[in-house]
Parts: sequence; C-alpha cells; structure tokens
Amino acid sequence: MQQAFYGLIDKLTERVRGNEVLLANFAGEESDFVRFNRSLVRQAGSVHQRGLGLELIDGQRHLSGRCSLTGDETTDRSRADRLLADLRESLPTVPEDPYLFYATEVNNTEQIVANRLPDSGEMTDAVLAAGKGTDLVGILASGGIFRGFGNSLGQRNWFATYSFHFDWSFYHTADKAVKTSYAGFHWDQSTFDTKVVNARQQLARLSLPTMTISPGGYRIYIPPAAMQELMGMLMRGFSLKAHRTKSTCLLKMVEEGRTLAPSVTIRENTAEGMSPNFQGAGFIKPDSVTMIEAGKLKDTLASPRTAKEYGVKTTGSEFPSSLDLAGGDLDDQDILTKLDTGIFVNQLWYLNYSDRPAARITGMTRFATFWVEGGKIVAPLNVMRFDETIYRIFGDNLIGLTSQRDLLPSSQTYGSRSTSSMRLPGALVDDFTFTF
Amino acid sequence: MLEKLESDFRKRAPKVDFCSLRFVRSFREGLAVRQDVPQPVHREEDAGVMVTVMHNGGMGYGATSDLSAAGLNNAIEKASLWASRTAGRSVVDFRKVSMPQPKGQYSGPNKTPWSRTSVRDKFDLLMSLSKRLKFNDKIVDWSASMGHEDIDLFYLTAGGGRVYQQLHTTAPDLRVTASEGAEAQTRSFGGGIYCLQGGLEVLEQFGFANAPEQVADEALALLAAENCPSGKRDILLAPDQMTLQIHESIGHPLELDRILGDERNYAGTSFVTLDMIGEYRYGSELLNVVFDPTRPEQLASFGYDDDGLEASREYIIKDGIVVRALGGTVSQARTGFPGVANSRADGWNRPPVDRMANLNVEPGNASLEEMIASIERGVYMRTNRSWSIDDSRNKFQFGCQWGRLIENGKLTKLVKNPNYRGISATFWQSLSAVGNADTLEVLGTSNCGKGEPNQMMFVAHAGPPCVFTDVDVFGGM
Repeated sequence: MQQAFYGLIDKLTERVRGNEVLLANFAGEESDFVRFNRSLVRQAGSVHQRGLGLELIDGQRHLSGRCSLTGDETTDRSRADRLLADLRESLPTVPEDPYLFYATEVNNTEQIVANRLPDSGEMTDAVLAAGKGTDLVGILASGGIFRGFGNSLGQRNWFATYSFHFDWSFYHTADKAVKTSYAGFHWDQSTFDTKVVNARQQLARLSLPTMTISPGGYRIYIPPAAMQELMGMLMRGFSLKAHRTKSTCLLKMVEEGRTLAPSVTIRENTAEGMSPNFQGAGFIKPDSVTMIEAGKLKDTLASPRTAKEYGVKTTGSEFPSSLDLAGGDLDDQDILTKLDTGIFVNQLWYLNYSDRPAARITGMTRFATFWVEGGKIVAPLNVMRFDETIYRIFGDNLIGLTSQRDLLPSSQTYGSRSTSSMRLPGALVDDFTFTF
Repeated sequence: MLEKLESDFRKRAPKVDFCSLRFVRSFREGLAVRQDVPQPVHREEDAGVMVTVMHNGGMGYGATSDLSAAGLNNAIEKASLWASRTAGRSVVDFRKVSMPQPKGQYSGPNKTPWSRTSVRDKFDLLMSLSKRLKFNDKIVDWSASMGHEDIDLFYLTAGGGRVYQQLHTTAPDLRVTASEGAEAQTRSFGGGIYCLQGGLEVLEQFGFANAPEQVADEALALLAAENCPSGKRDILLAPDQMTLQIHESIGHPLELDRILGDERNYAGTSFVTLDMIGEYRYGSELLNVVFDPTRPEQLASFGYDDDGLEASREYIIKDGIVVRALGGTVSQARTGFPGVANSRADGWNRPPVDRMANLNVEPGNASLEEMIASIERGVYMRTNRSWSIDDSRNKFQFGCQWGRLIENGKLTKLVKNPNYRGISATFWQSLSAVGNADTLEVLGTSNCGKGEPNQMMFVAHAGPPCVFTDVDVFGGM
C-alpha cells in the first residue's frame, strides 16, 4: 500500500506544471467490526477503504479535493489524474489565501507497526466465551490503519499500524453496567481474562441495593476512563485561534490569569502517542508541546493556517491527538482510603458546557458509580447530573492526581478508526457539585 | 457505472437466504469566509459499496471502495464469511427477518442546482455577508459559510429489488462572537440547523442574505445582557430549540434498537420499554409526533430506507400516547411491533441502524403572541448551544444562545446563558401550548452520532414553538 501510494505521488508529480505544488494525503483502513449485544453478535463485517486527498497550490491560490481509491493501480491513477485536472480547472476561480502555509522543507518519516493480530474470528470466539452467563454488549474493531503524505517537493511520510480495540460493558439491569476496554497491537488472552474477571467482580457489586444521593457537593474519585471525558471538553481550549477569537473554554486563564492547581501539567505528547507524527500540509509535529505547566497557561496549539495568521510557529494541529496529563502523588491502591466517604465514579457521559467562557461543564455519571463510606464500597448509585467548573475540579478542589496513569486509545470510529489517545491519571476531587 | 455494478452484482450474488448491495456516492463542497478572508475550499467525493449476506440465521457485511468486479468479489466473500461465522451466534435469527425486495426511485428537490453559480460567485456572496457581520470592535470573530452535498443511493437485492435515489442538501450558516474581557457570547444563524434538501434555493428559503445584521446585533446585545435568572418558570421554546428537544428526548428514547439494548455500550439505552408502546402517556394531549419522510424539502426525506423499506408517514405519538416506535425491518422482526422506514447508514462503509429521519411535532392552534400572553413568569429561549442527557434519555440539561424574560404576558429583558433542566418522562407532560401552522419551522442537522462502529447521520425535525410549565431554569456564572 505504501509503495502504491508513493508510486501514485511520483506519477502525479510528473503532471505538476510551472509553479504548481501538489500535496497528497492518503488514508486507508482494512478493518473488521463485530458488534455484540446480550453476549451474542448483533452485526459483523469488514470495511476496506482507501482515500486520496490532493491539494493543488499555485502562488497564493489553493484548492483541495478527495476521491476514493480502489487499490487497483490503473484505476487509481485514472481517478487521481481526474481529480488533479478538476482542481486545476477550478483553481483560478478560488480567491488568494493570505494564510496559505505548507511545508517546503523535505522531512521523510516512517512509522510502521508490524501486524501481530490474530484473525478477528478468533477474537470474536474469545469475546463470546467471555460473555457466557452475562449480558455483554460492545464493539470489537481490529485491523490495519494507514496514513500517508507526499508532495511534489519530494517529501514522503508513511504510518501503518495494526491494532484492536474491544470496548464493552457487562450489564446488570437497566442502566447499571460495568464498562471496560481492552486495546493493543497483540491480543494476549491472559490479559483479556484478567480484565474479564475484574469486570465480573465489579458487576457483582451492582447487585447491592442502589442509593440515590441528594444534590450537593461530594468528594469524588474520577478514574482515568472518566477523566478522558473531562479532558475531551478541554481539547478545543488549547487552540491559539480559540484563544484569539475568545472561544476557548480557558478564557479566564487567557484574560484574567486564572490558574489551575500546581499539580496540573498538560501536554500534547506526540512522541509517546499512537497517532502519525506528520500532518496534512507536510509538517512534522513537535515531540511535545506543554499547554499548561504547573497550573499555568504556557504554549498553544496552532495549525499551519493559524500559525501564518497570527505569526507564530505551527505545532501541526489545532487540537491534541495525544493528550498527556502528568501524574501526581496519590497511589491507586490508596484511593478508597483517601476517598473515605464519597463517590467512586467509573464513567462520565455526555458532557457539554453550561457556560463555556466560565469553563462550566455539565454531564452525567454512567454505568457503575458507587457510594463509598469509611473507604469501603457501600452501594451502587443511580445516575446523577453534575455541573462544575474546570477551575474547581482541577484547581481549588483538586486533592490530588494518581501517580499511575493509563494510556487510553480512542474508541471512536466516525468515518474511520481513530488513532488518537490520552495518557491520564485519576483525580481525587472535593466538593464536586451534583445537581439532580 | 451503475449498470456495470448491477450486472457484476447479479452475476456474482451468492445463493444464500438474502443478499443485497448498497452503493453510495456523495459529493460535498464547503465554502467559508472568516473575518473577511476566504477559507480553503474543500471538495470531497466518496463512493463505495456494502454487500450484506444473510444465511442460516447469520448476517455479515463487506464494504469496499473498490468498485471493480474483483473488489465486489472480495466484499461478497467477506460478507459471506461473517454470515457463516455468526450463524447460530447472532442476537437476531435472520431467518425470521423478511427483507424487502423494493422497486422504485426517488429524487429530492433541486430547483437551483449548486453548480448553477461559480465558486467565485458564491465567495462574492459570502464575502458580502461577512463584511456586514463586523461593525463593532467587540465583535472578535465572524464567519459566513455554506455547504452542499449531492448523494446517489443505489440499492439492489439478489431477489430482484432495485431502488435508485438522489438527494441534494444545502446548509448556510453565519456566526458572530462578541467579547469583552473574559466574557464572550456567540450567536449563530440557526445554530447549524438551517439545512434542507435542495439546491441554492435553500439560501433564499432561510433568508440568508438578510440575516447578518440581526445575528451580529444579537451577539452584541447578549454580551451586555444579564444572566438568565434561576428558579421555576414557564419556558417558551422556539423551533430552533424544539429541534433539539424533540431529537434528544423523544426521538432517541423511542428508537427500537436502543430499547433492544444494541446501543447500551455507546449511545445508551432508553427509559421506554416495549410494553409501553401503545399505552404510555409520553406527553400532554397536545403532543402529536409524526415520522414524516414525505415532506420533500425536509433534510431526511427519502423514498426508501437503507434496508429497502418504502417510507411512509406514521404517527409515533398521538394525543400524548406512544403508538409506534422508531424501528426498521430488522427491529420490527425482533419485536413484533410495527415501526417505520428508518434503517439508515451514514455511508457505504457502515451498516444500517435505527435512526430518526424526519421526526416532527405537529402544529397546534396557538399563535406566538397568544403563547407569550399566556405566560405570567417565563423565559423565551432560542437556538440550541448546549445539550446533555443521561443514557436512558431521561435527565437532561439544555442551553440556548438567546433568552428573553416573559413577565405578565409580555416579553421584557434580554438574558444570556439561558439553561433548563428536566426529565423526559415528565417534561412533555408539562406541554401546555403548541404553536399553530404559521409558527412551524422545518429544520435539520447533520451531526447525530450513534452506532458501533460510529455513524454521523443527518436527521430533521419540524416543529412549532411550544410552552412548558414550571421548568427549572438557570443562567451562567
């Protein structure tokens, strides 16, 4: 696939005229998806897709388009030629772009993870076996993901990974469930078995009589999987454009110098993430960008266009794809003791802003959420809505972050399988506001 | 190309209980001007097929962007392999599902095709609108944009079914952010839900060319406004908030696949159970909801769903009682309940699941003025900006861009950050007035997320403004 893409770029480069510059992006996927419900299969199938994005540049004018590819060399060359011709024909009608910015220095890279996946039929068998006697629902996604970049200046970049992501819940009744995931590059049955045993143990706790808490402030432990939802709300807050156009949720940090707790350091950690280190205009992302250091705003993220608009250096992207929150000094093993009396959340759900400039967020607890007394789990809780600000959660009321962190690959599959991930600790927070 | 595809499929379709091919080709173009600077133009053409095989009770699919005979062979092999692997291990016994064998065609409106005007002319329009959005230093960001999509859908079954459908959608948008210090307010033209089927005539239908000043004026006014007060009040929701209210707290809870548990690991379950269909009082007697794919201009109108079921208008809630749920052929077979033609996929590379399509609240008999006059202490809210609801689709909290107090039957002070909370199971029972046909607006959205693997689908809701009594409202910080 890599050679086919490179060959296609070579041919397209031969067709570049005069001062034209051509950028090409490739996205491909050979995935199997098996969806489960009630410990049986609901839908199963395979998706093979390849797409080529071309951007034709002439002076300050540029135009981009995308077409599907088939994998057949002759057909794909014909499609790419047609797309290039269409772009060339329309280019004169497009206004000049003062913020056009693409890489002119050639940086070739290659990130390839070898295929160590078993047949997805075998993984399906393992999942069905694990679900016996329970109500299992979820999705197994597996297979190869491919990304490429090339330009008429001679740059070539390739990213290939073969991974799986099994994201599932064991259901008790109604909305009570234990949600877990198992993701990686190599299916290890003993690791999977351990996750299944742990999930079944939590499931047993859901048999205890449920409690409903009254609205108010509670001490709460937010594990890494739930932190992923909270951090997801900050993803657009680090963008330079969002800062300059006052649409960032961190506006009070930008305008009033508000700070978070000194233990909060947030980076875009490309070097230790799971995404390609190159981007659509040919820039290589820096290994790491620190957006919040010891609770204070530091650097921002800027796409090439934003960088040109505001006269700064580009970080390749406006939004993180390998977000990293530094660990703290709490030990995972001591969490229930430190929580003492309060709420142990497993997952948060459907977060949105109540007041974005104030960084005020609402959302729900979901799946297994427990009431803890004297460091012991007492009862599962019915779902509750929270309404809190980032400044209280990760500022005034943050008791601490765990030293252990989880690498959490994104399970999102909109259009194609995501390569994003987060590396996050858990957080112990005081006086967390639940509304109803 | 479609003839060759059909010929290849008919030659190669395996001898199984059921086999279908679904071809989807879409062409999208998006144009925008931000801060009076044209943004990069992006065009996207996507095409591929999904082959579905049902055999011996199992089901599998194979999807590919390779439309050659060899690509089709591979897709058929994959679909057959998964059907074989899942036979006897599926939550659905597909031997009991009678799949439609439809024959027909459908073409949505397209009075003034997108290609009728050049890219340059479209940019000229957007630039002129953009320049009218910025007339005050407190306006810190502004943009004018429009997007268009042409979609071809071709569905074949080995049993002789053949359906060809063409859809065209257009969506204009304007956005303005006004800011001072650490406060910012964004006002948009419909909040991203001004989308209809059709070509350039859609711009006129929404009054796109006349909108900039009002959008910018309202952003500035909101910046200076007080926060919405807290407490119990009646609320009057405009159609551009009713869209979200219908979608989240009627549409999703009544999807049969959620009720059956398919979505429990991702989009969630439902507080509605099968035994409630036909009996449950969902709302007051004023509430009438229809699944209506027959309004051609509405975004999610079509002739047949993606499993080939012919679409028809059906009551979902009649006089406040749930009479039918939202489920396509497979969900209907699983439950034995009637449903609607709403088995839909967001592209060739995702399998169909139960979706809303056009789900509309029928108009009542109140004028907007009468509804305002009927409220002693309330808030009129327009344009959704925030939404959050639990996974049973019960406890919700929604926020709007714009609010105005209603005191003693009159509109008074403008308020910012209006939010409200409720519980679906009781909220619709507090429906006390429904706007008449003159107040109804037809709106839509292209970003409803659901399914595993995930799918982003276009859906639509028509509705009048409605009054709900004694609702918990609040403002910002």
